[in-house]
Amino acid sequence: MIENLHSRRSFLKGTVLATAGLVLAVQMPRSSKGAGKDVPANQGAFAPNAFVKVDEAGITLIMPHTEVGQGIYTSSAMLMAEELEVDLHQVKVEAAPPDLSKYMDPLLYDQATGGSTSTRSDWVRLRQAGAAARMMLTEAAAKQWGVSVSECRVEGGKVFHDRTARSLTYAELAPMAAAIPLPQDPPLKAPAQFRIIGTRAKRIDTPEKVNGSLVYGIDVKLPGMKVATLAMSPVRGGRLMKFDENAALAVAGVKEVVKVDDAIAVIADHMWAAKQGLDALSVQWGAGANASVNTDAIVAMMEKASNERGVTVRNDGNAEAAIAGAAVKMDAVYQSPFLSHSALEPMNCTLHIKDDSAELWVGTQVPVRAQNAVASATGLPPEKVKVNNQLIGGAFGRRLDIDTIEIAAKLLKDIRYPVKLVWTREEDMTHDFFRPYYYDRVAAGLDENGNLIGRTHRVTGSSVLARWAPPAFVNGIDPDALDCAAQTPYDEKSVHAEFVRFEPEGLVTAWWRGVGATHNLFVLESFVDEMAYASKQDPLEFRRKMLTGNPRALAVLNLAAEKAGWGSSLPEGGGRGISLQFAFGTYLAHVIEIEVSAEKEVKLLRSFIALDCGVVVNPDTVEAQMQGGVIFGLSSAMFNAVTFTDGAVDQTNFDTYRVLRINEAPKIEVHQVKSAELPGGVGEAGTASVAGALANAIFAATGKRLRSLPLADALAG
Amino acid sequence: MKTLTINGQSYEVNVPDDMPLLWVLRDVLGMTGTKYGCGIAQCGACTVHLDGAAVRACQTTMDMIDRQKITTIEGIGATEIGAKVQAAWLDKEVVQCGYCQSGQIMSATSLLSSNSRPTDAEIDEAMSGNICRCGTYVRIREAIHSVTA
Repeated sequence: MIENLHSRRSFLKGTVLATAGLVLAVQMPRSSKGAGKDVPANQGAFAPNAFVKVDEAGITLIMPHTEVGQGIYTSSAMLMAEELEVDLHQVKVEAAPPDLSKYMDPLLYDQATGGSTSTRSDWVRLRQAGAAARMMLTEAAAKQWGVSVSECRVEGGKVFHDRTARSLTYAELAPMAAAIPLPQDPPLKAPAQFRIIGTRAKRIDTPEKVNGSLVYGIDVKLPGMKVATLAMSPVRGGRLMKFDENAALAVAGVKEVVKVDDAIAVIADHMWAAKQGLDALSVQWGAGANASVNTDAIVAMMEKASNERGVTVRNDGNAEAAIAGAAVKMDAVYQSPFLSHSALEPMNCTLHIKDDSAELWVGTQVPVRAQNAVASATGLPPEKVKVNNQLIGGAFGRRLDIDTIEIAAKLLKDIRYPVKLVWTREEDMTHDFFRPYYYDRVAAGLDENGNLIGRTHRVTGSSVLARWAPPAFVNGIDPDALDCAAQTPYDEKSVHAEFVRFEPEGLVTAWWRGVGATHNLFVLESFVDEMAYASKQDPLEFRRKMLTGNPRALAVLNLAAEKAGWGSSLPEGGGRGISLQFAFGTYLAHVIEIEVSAEKEVKLLRSFIALDCGVVVNPDTVEAQMQGGVIFGLSSAMFNAVTFTDGAVDQTNFDTYRVLRINEAPKIEVHQVKSAELPGGVGEAGTASVAGALANAIFAATGKRLRSLPLADALAG
Repeated sequence: MKTLTINGQSYEVNVPDDMPLLWVLRDVLGMTGTKYGCGIAQCGACTVHLDGAAVRACQTTMDMIDRQKITTIEGIGATEIGAKVQAAWLDKEVVQCGYCQSGQIMSATSLLSSNSRPTDAEIDEAMSGNICRCGTYVRIREAIHSVTA
């Protein structure tokens, strides 16, 4: 005991002297898909990562991914806690600073959170980081006690030497452990040994979210901070023509007016004064080159473009010849509208720019890009821009772009006190970067036995990838734009899939929850349904017989159908629709049950999801992502389209951009298949499954095949 | 100068009569638990209680407030039902991004204060003014039922 106390004191002393505690550098594993040579040159190379910090304050996970509500802070902390042999609540999570060399997502080649890659990226590297830390801490203890490592055991953040009844905490061991060489390829636990992975562990970020104490970006408060709000040109590329600055300055609480060519902001004591000041400016805009942008004209141009050949993305067999000789030939056009992200936390950005440095408080899915945006607007070197990444009130892909940070930095570059710039809902919605409009031409041929013998799919639309990650856009091929259209879970020998890139003027397109899969699965799974009905086959049976080589897909399809009571009778006006997918590394089948009234009102009754996303870190999080993803997908599939009139966005707030509400939400059942396969993504899979299953349910209920979204409009039209 | 009673405490504020309570709470008094989502009473993120009744703080201007007691998400845990609702929200793991949940909890607490065993239809009626973009509706319903159980 005395010896223990003595050791403790000397360690505490050591801890105080140590500056950084234990920071682990762990070699990042190569992704299964992209070897190192595929890394675009300008994105940096794979390099050591620093994920674990152990010091007097405890254990911290330096978190490479952003929490947008999906629960990744909890899931990633579970991975680390598992191998560190600590309880989940012993791990604090801290947002990683911008540093590509350490925190790049190996599947995205950027320090980014998107594409449902987070758990897939962190699955090995965070467990390795935890395991390496545990080994080093154990070795430090063994050294301290002069015993062998094999005599030590770890539990709950302590190393024990049972024979002599001694123990030391990780915090006490941290300074010594920092001097231990980093183990290479630390062995990881077998799944049978998991204590935390696979449990319904409680989320670590939610207690502060139920009592109002969590600080989102929009809640940031700094000494001397002012609040600003802005107006941007309603037409993209338009210019500020005229405004009454004196009227704005006359509003009590207004401090300053700042402007750039296409935006103007009022800085005030509070948001209300800023809004009043902005109104008082009576801004007049010159619309510029995009004044004649209209949705109908965009669609007409896309239709024309879709008649031409595109870049071939997949060409197996001879699909066109197979269709030409088929017993049943079919073709169709599908259309998917522009969509807004409309996360509930409006865009915002807090900046404190000084002469030689700047500090940024923002919720971003791309911290390095955020840092660079401020650096380039202010002329400061990136390392002089400190990024404080905030928890986010919903992103859905919007915060993979940094346009709002850019505009904030340009507006505020000469202001030397902290300013929080808050977008009004109207500015947020009308200046979103939108999910692209897609115009799809599909065709298929079935033989006399109703077997699919050839399929073609031509996607016409914008390439988000080409804008967002130019090095990944090679030979005109955008794999995302054809995701789930070129490759499907089905046995197909003759497929031709191609991409016609069409970039509409007057707007910017962006990632949106479910990305390419959300759009293509609506088309593919609706069209597969059409094939089944055209050949008088049950939509479930038709899919089943095309899955001879795909047992995981067949299993989720059967499970969803069974749970939904597929084939059992429904009342008048009732209908069930089914869809199947392999997207984000996850197999998923979805059955939606609805009722359509004589007035063509769709009532969403029940939704049944069956999924196999490989090994599951937290089944409750998977279930929550499915429930939420389905609701998000239902909002857009039922109601949403962004349209343009004379260059400006028509939808301005939730009164004109309708979001599904609790009284419209169906019951949702989620059934998870136990699997030992590598983890798949779950954040977007649910959303991507919705539109096809729902359109198929509407067909089952009404006999009306809807080939354009949103479905409520298509049904009424 | 105007005196506001918020969560049992008095605050003196010097703000215009037409200023919505939302911005007084957030930007003048620093109580940022009440959220801005739409500014036009469409989303419910700014829901607070005036004498126990749920109202939208973005539409409640200073001249509409006299001596009513204001309760916000920061103070709702001090009420018996509010504390139960918060606990149910954590127990059912309702929350995802969490941005709408201040408003959801304020609406649910108001509902449960006047109706201890609401039906699904009554939950729909009371909660349909609160948007959740993460889509936590299934669990909100479960959590409200669990408070009544």
